[in-house]
Amino acid sequence: MALPALGFAGLAGVFALGLRSDPKLIPSPLIGLKVPKFDLPPVKGKTLGLSSTNLLGEVSLVNVFASWCVACRAEHPIFMRLSQDKSVPLHGINYKDAPDDAAKWLDTMGDPYTRTGADLDGRVAIDWGVYGVPETFVVGADGTIAYKHIGAVTGEVMSNTLLPLVERLRKGAAA
Amino acid sequence: MNFIKLCVAGVVAILVLANVAFAVLPDEMLKDPNLEARARVISQDLRCLVCQNQSIDDSNAPLAKDLRIIVRERLTAGDTNEQVFAYVVARYGNYVLLKPPLQTDTLVLWLMPFALLIVALGTVAFYLRKRPQFESEDGIEPDAEIPRR
Repeated sequence: MALPALGFAGLAGVFALGLRSDPKLIPSPLIGLKVPKFDLPPVKGKTLGLSSTNLLGEVSLVNVFASWCVACRAEHPIFMRLSQDKSVPLHGINYKDAPDDAAKWLDTMGDPYTRTGADLDGRVAIDWGVYGVPETFVVGADGTIAYKHIGAVTGEVMSNTLLPLVERLRKGAAA
Repeated sequence: MNFIKLCVAGVVAILVLANVAFAVLPDEMLKDPNLEARARVISQDLRCLVCQNQSIDDSNAPLAKDLRIIVRERLTAGDTNEQVFAYVVARYGNYVLLKPPLQTDTLVLWLMPFALLIVALGTVAFYLRKRPQFESEDGIEPDAEIPRR
């Protein structure tokens, strides 16, 4: 008698767990691997482009953004604050943006990036396993992708997840 | 009657026209019909990561278009179908495969249907055996005809 009820409870439990996980967050197979080889020219009006060798030697954040992306607008102030603190270098990969739009974005809203790469056809982003903007990667000093945040970075994500990870990576590299 | 015929014709037309609406645009297609056919087969098994229950062959998302073009580039470069799948999986993980491979972390997924079938058959067998064949416990004969629901 109790068996069907138990079975139902079990299934309901599994489904409840399933409801908690967000199907939009797809785990990346690139975590723990070296960043893909790439070499991007700078966004229009900027001088420093971004390539895989630029990501060696120091822990850094890499943010994939576009001027047409609404969530990027939401996370932009967080990055502006980060760049003022100078706690960790932040690089940008500008995904499938019109050069003028990207330049206007950085000019009017501020440029938090140390280096920017203009990924006009989105191929480099595909090599990074990007499937939507914004995405933000934490890259170790040896060029290993340590973490990927999908969606807009909030102040909470920055101070509770990304920055502590940056600290851990720095300590790990020093030890 | 004419009205019904018109309705039927309308429905048929909608169904036929709906099938014509490919996501694959003519300018994406390869000239070599063999390679194009392989590209279609591959892209029907690759999940679009933007609209997740569509294949990249079905999806109009820009990323799906980019991936369709990459699939065709890899094929033109001489990759086997497996190499093309491996190329995409290396970037997006097994999640992009609409047919997940049989490996240790997908065992539960693959074996669960069979396990559930065994459990279900076992449960049915258990209850059928336990149930009195012709009499219920209080001695009243069950109805000859079981009402259909």
